[in-house]
Amino acid sequence: MKQEVVIVQGNEACVRGAIRAGCRFFAGYPITPASEVAELMSHELAKNQGVFIQMEDEIASISAVIGAAWGGMKACTATSGPGFSLMQEGIGYAAETETPCVIIDVMRGGPSTGQPTQSSQQDVMQAKYGSHGDYEVIALCPSSVQESYELTVKAFNLAEHYRVPVILLTDEIVGHTREKLRIPAAIEVVDRRRPSAAPETYTPYAPLPDGLLDGMPSFGQGYNLLVDGQLHDQWGIRAGHDPVLSGKLMERLCRKITDHADRLVDVEPLFIDDADVVVIAYGSVARSATAAVKQARTEGCRAGMVKLKILWPFPDDALRKAIRNARKIIVPEMNIGKICREVQRLNDRRQTIVSLPKLGGTMHTPQEILDGIRSA
Amino acid sequence: MHPIAEKYLRKRALPFIFCSGCGHGTVLNAFLRVVDELGIIDDLSLVGGIGCSSWAPVFVNTDVLHTLHGRAIAAATGLKLADPKRHVVVFTGDGDCVGIGGNHFLHGARRNIDLTVIMLDNGIYGMTGGQMAPTTPTDARTQTSPYGNLEPPLDACAVAISAGATYVGRWTTAHPKGLAGGIKEAIRHKGFSFIDVVSQCPTQAGRYIYGTANPAELLRMIKERSIAKRKADGMSPEQLEGRIVVGKLHEETRRPELSERLYGIMKRG
Repeated sequence: MKQEVVIVQGNEACVRGAIRAGCRFFAGYPITPASEVAELMSHELAKNQGVFIQMEDEIASISAVIGAAWGGMKACTATSGPGFSLMQEGIGYAAETETPCVIIDVMRGGPSTGQPTQSSQQDVMQAKYGSHGDYEVIALCPSSVQESYELTVKAFNLAEHYRVPVILLTDEIVGHTREKLRIPAAIEVVDRRRPSAAPETYTPYAPLPDGLLDGMPSFGQGYNLLVDGQLHDQWGIRAGHDPVLSGKLMERLCRKITDHADRLVDVEPLFIDDADVVVIAYGSVARSATAAVKQARTEGCRAGMVKLKILWPFPDDALRKAIRNARKIIVPEMNIGKICREVQRLNDRRQTIVSLPKLGGTMHTPQEILDGIRSA
Repeated sequence: MHPIAEKYLRKRALPFIFCSGCGHGTVLNAFLRVVDELGIIDDLSLVGGIGCSSWAPVFVNTDVLHTLHGRAIAAATGLKLADPKRHVVVFTGDGDCVGIGGNHFLHGARRNIDLTVIMLDNGIYGMTGGQMAPTTPTDARTQTSPYGNLEPPLDACAVAISAGATYVGRWTTAHPKGLAGGIKEAIRHKGFSFIDVVSQCPTQAGRYIYGTANPAELLRMIKERSIAKRKADGMSPEQLEGRIVVGKLHEETRRPELSERLYGIMKRG
């Protein structure tokens, strides 16, 4: 494939990235501001031997995605706030059954119907904690059309490798911004791998030493799989009554992600080496933060920033290192100050950490972040 | 062990979770005889929701997706569309199918997707301890209707027909041969097929609604209430009050099936 340069919106970049990554199944329900993903999928999947289906609601959408994943397809859905809430039971099921899938959440303002046409970053905690029980997912967060493409591809790859639901936390601004997308000539695609063991000797839920499972068979390949949302033993047989087996599985479902946090880390530092003030930002807000930090530098202020492209697992070590020599840390977010608390958790040197929330649906202007840096 | 059981049961998953005298084993028995007769075990995927009924597929040694409460038909839709060559059979209960999963039931039928949905209908939430279901008779006393059920039951077959299901039948655990015949027709039918199986629940519905936990007595009651479709056709709604109409209730072979249409578009794409 030749490198191609196009001007598209973030939602379209997600669709292009998904199909490039091997996505051949999409089930969704229309919702602003994510509907373009479903619309474009309905056009493109048929041309790529893929299945598009509009389901009756978001619960059905995530359920169909899970069914399709076990049917052998790379599958995804896309939604926004209210729909993301409805998908939580399915996300928990996917985490528990170790079903690879991708959920694109184009964040809008909430709670409830909230602000259908305005942007937010209010779902960051729901992405991690939205379903009941203890589990872990991976959540990636693009700040541009280019990153929407790249992180969608990455989301599919990580879903396959870790056998986990991966959430792409984009937002209304990133989703609807039209800008240049360089589609690379070559990309890495992680294909679904059949287990190394033959069906007769295969134990579907016996983990490898790193906590991950050995490939993933599909229905119809002769493995006689039992996929069950109840805590189970290595064969998939119900074991919710067994405290030892159940506890071990819950712990593994969490640790198979958190133990690999170092490998998953994806942050972009800017002017960080000598930074006195560090801005930590993600998603569309990272765009304003970049402009603000660059402007501060021209004014002789030792400002730096870290852009987070992964939110979960949280890049603890990378951020600890980045803020080590800073005097002050500023966390601008389009929510009440959620990721800021994660940063505070890392603050063992009693630095000043300032939350810079912005509610109401618009992103921070560079000036607002610059004011924060100046008052530091 | 019976040769059919020996051949098809997932022995690691035994013992069954069903109470003694439960009708669900009869349905599984009829189903496995049909699977054996049709020789389709290698082309079969089973899906269950949540509840006693939805455990039935877990005991079959084939690919099984035991999903969330109410979501079996939605998950089966994804599974079928990912690999339309496979026979996808959904085991669901009355609460699972027309209570919490009602919306998915309507739209599965409307789409006429080639699924076989077997609803094990005991008229009560059994696994959670005997609460009223959308299929519980009016005035019946259950754990959540101590003064009698104030609501009328839903006729799942009528809903399936009006939503667009192209094969609909009703049988009971008192008619194991008719039931097996119905399941066989439903599996062979191309399109959304639905079988409502009235099944006895001695532990909950038996004790609380019908006044006996004796399965033989409950089966006798079911049999007495049952009436064949061809006999019922000439009777008034008043005459049919409280009766269970059994047989093939509806069949339509001309409506296109979803996965065929969808894969047709992909070929042209």
